[in-house]
Amino acid sequence: MRGLWKLFTMQFKLYLREPLAFFFTLVYPTMLLLLFGFIYGNQPAPEFWGRNFGTVDASVPAYAGIIIGTVALMGIPIDTATSRETGILRRYRATPLRPAAYMIASVAVYLAIALAGMAILVIVGKVIFGLRIAGSWPSILAAFLVSAGAFFSLGYLIASLVPTARVAQVIGMVIFFPMMFLSGAGMPLQLLPETLQKVSEFLPLTYVVQLIQGLWFGDAWNTLWMPTIVLAGILLAGTALATHFFRWE
Amino acid sequence: MILERIAVEVLGLKKYYKQVKAVDGVTFQVKRGEIFGMVGPNGSGKTTTIECIEGMRRQDEGQIRVLGLDPQMDFYELRERCGIQLQSANLPRRMRVGEALDLFASFYRQPRDWRPLLQGLQLADKERVYFSQLSGGQQQRLFVALALINNPEVVFLDELTTGLDPRARHQIWDLVREMREQGTTIFLTTHYMDEAERLCDRVAIIDQGQVIAMDSPTHLVGDLGMATRISFQVSNHSIPGKNGAQGESPVVFDPRQVGVLDGVQKVEQEGDLVTVFGNGEQLLSRVITTLETSGVRFQNLRTTQPNLEDVFLCLTGQTIAS
Repeated sequence: MRGLWKLFTMQFKLYLREPLAFFFTLVYPTMLLLLFGFIYGNQPAPEFWGRNFGTVDASVPAYAGIIIGTVALMGIPIDTATSRETGILRRYRATPLRPAAYMIASVAVYLAIALAGMAILVIVGKVIFGLRIAGSWPSILAAFLVSAGAFFSLGYLIASLVPTARVAQVIGMVIFFPMMFLSGAGMPLQLLPETLQKVSEFLPLTYVVQLIQGLWFGDAWNTLWMPTIVLAGILLAGTALATHFFRWE
Repeated sequence: MILERIAVEVLGLKKYYKQVKAVDGVTFQVKRGEIFGMVGPNGSGKTTTIECIEGMRRQDEGQIRVLGLDPQMDFYELRERCGIQLQSANLPRRMRVGEALDLFASFYRQPRDWRPLLQGLQLADKERVYFSQLSGGQQQRLFVALALINNPEVVFLDELTTGLDPRARHQIWDLVREMREQGTTIFLTTHYMDEAERLCDRVAIIDQGQVIAMDSPTHLVGDLGMATRISFQVSNHSIPGKNGAQGESPVVFDPRQVGVLDGVQKVEQEGDLVTVFGNGEQLLSRVITTLETSGVRFQNLRTTQPNLEDVFLCLTGQTIAS
C-alpha cells in the first residue's frame, strides 16, 4: 500500500483548503451550537427531552447528523465526481497507486474530518455550556462510525451514478438540506407537526440522530435495535452498490 | 537479443467505439532509445492507440507488448517502469507543485529525487504554487515531471505541446531530446507535423485508424520525390550611381543559365520573381554560384523544402488541419 499515508495527508490538507467544505463541517455545527446554546442555555428540561438534559446536551449528538450528512452528501459526491470529471482520477490510474489504496485514503480522510468536526463540537459544548453525557464513549464512537460508514457509502454511490460534479452538487443539496431539518439533526423533531414527524421515519438521517442521541442519553443498544439495523443495512447495501457502480473515468 | 532492443511492439491493434473503428489494424515497433512519433490529424486514432499501449484502455483485437509486458495483465509492473503523460488529465486545484511531486514519488518503488527535475523544467521557483495558478505551459511541464519521476525506461507523451506558445514548445522539445540522451525511449503523439519532423527519429503517419506511412522524417520526405523550391527576385533595372552618375548597367537574368544546372527540374519566372524547382544537396550552392559568376543582382532568396505536411497531403489528398 505504497503512497497510502502520503495520499491521506495530502487529501486532508486539500479538504481544509476548500473554504466551503471547511466551513460546513468544522465551523457551521459549532456556530449553531453557540447560537442556540446562548438563546436557550443548557438547563435540564425533562418536560421537553423526557429526561434530565438541556438543549446543548441534546443538540451535540443531533449535530453529529449534520456533520456526517454534510461530509457524506456534499463533500464526498462533489469531490469524487470532480476528481473523476476533471481527470484527476485518470492521472492516478496512470501510476502504480492501487485503487484500494485510493479508496482507503479517501474514506479515512472523510472520517477524520467528521471526527474532527465532532471533537470541536464536544469541546465547545463542554467548555462553554458544561455538556452532559450519560452514555459510554466507546458506544457513542461505534454508533458514529456505523452512521458515517452508512452515509459515506451513499455519498460514493451518488458520486458513481451522477454524470458530472454539478449534478452531484445539486443531488447532494436536494437530499441533504430537507433531511437536515426533517430528521431531528438541525432542530428537534418535537417541534415539527405530526405529519412531518411521520415523514422523518423514511429519512435515513433520522436513524443517525436516534442512535447517537439515544446512546448519548444513556439508552442501551438493545433499545436502539431499529436505528442500528437500518444503518447497518444501508452500510452493507450502499457499500455493495457503490463498489459495483464506482467509475474511475 | 533482438527482444531487448524493442521497447514497444504492437501487432494488429484494433479498437472500436460502438460501430466506429477508432484504430483499425495498427502494427509497429518502437526501438529502445529512439524518439518515435505518431502523427495524424485529430480523431485519427493516435490517442486511442497510445492509451491501449499504456493499458489505460483495453484493445478489441491485437497484441501489445511494452518492455515485454502485457499492458492489461502487467498493469502495475508496467507503471513502475513507464512514464505516462496523458492528453487529458488534471490535478486538484489547490495541490502545490512540490506536494504533487512528493505525492506521486511516493507511489513508486524507486522514485528519483524530484528537486533536480523541477530545476531542469524551470519550475524550481514554483514549488509552493498551487496547480491552478500555473500557466498552461507550466502545468504541462509539471505533467512531464510527473511522467519522469520514476526514472522510466519508456515515456509516453500524448499531445504534449498542444496549446502551448512557441517558447514553451521549444523548452519541451529540448527536454525530450535530453531524455533521449539519457537513454529513455520516447513514444509521442502529435498533430503538429513540424514537431514530428524536428523531434522524432521515426514517425508513423496515422489516418482514419491506420498507419499509412512509417519511416524517419528525412526518408519520408525524400521518398516523396518532391522538389525543393528556391525563389528570389532579380533586378533588371539600372541602379543610379553616386552623385547622379550613370550606374552600372545590370546583367539581365537568363533562366536558361540556371535551367541547365544539375538537379534543376524547371525554372519559372514571373516578372522579377524567379522560382527554381529541383533536387539534390548542392542545388542551392549551384544556383547561387551561377548567379554570382554571371553578375545577376538578386535578393530575397529563400528555399522551401518539402516537409511532412507535404507527405501527408500527398498520401491522403488532405491537409492535416482539414
